[in-house]
Amino acid sequence: MKIGRITGTVVSTIHLPIITGRRMLLVDLMDLDGKETGDYVIAIDTVDAGAGETVLILDEGTGARQVLGEPEAPIRAVVVGIVDEVAVGA
Amino acid sequence: MHLARVTGTVVASTITPGLEGTRLLILQPLDRKLKPKGSAVVAADAVAMAGPDELVYYVASREAAVAMPETFVPVDHAVIGIADAVHEVES
Repeated sequence: MKIGRITGTVVSTIHLPIITGRRMLLVDLMDLDGKETGDYVIAIDTVDAGAGETVLILDEGTGARQVLGEPEAPIRAVVVGIVDEVAVGA
Repeated sequence: MHLARVTGTVVASTITPGLEGTRLLILQPLDRKLKPKGSAVVAADAVAMAGPDELVYYVASREAAVAMPETFVPVDHAVIGIADAVHEVES
């Protein structure tokens, strides 16, 4: 899993049926110091995460399909948690 | 999923079984600020509606094969939606 911060949303009218009714969040990935790595991912929200929140991203297809309950979904990244705190070397 | 700009199309009249009739697009992957990042790729258009200059989002690898109407055809990138807008959100 990866840690990132929600910095945007993607609005889309024309999409595959699996996307209908789901929020797509633009998440900037972060390193353990909380700095942005420059990479990003568009992830499907499953935890009602909001703007600016630090979140846990699952970036693996089979797990994502299981979380969504959609065995055929062409989705790899989902937001699966809202991070309260990261402690390194504690 | 990542963002990309459609920069062209590919026509292949001889193509592997399962991909007949599939629209092929040239995608320029974009970074967070919608600036070009990395090399262009050829992607199948799973929504069959994306056109030149459009902002789209796409999936890669196995997810691309699953996205197509006939699943597990040999594609490694697929467009699964057209992005109307990317909204920046403030924390």
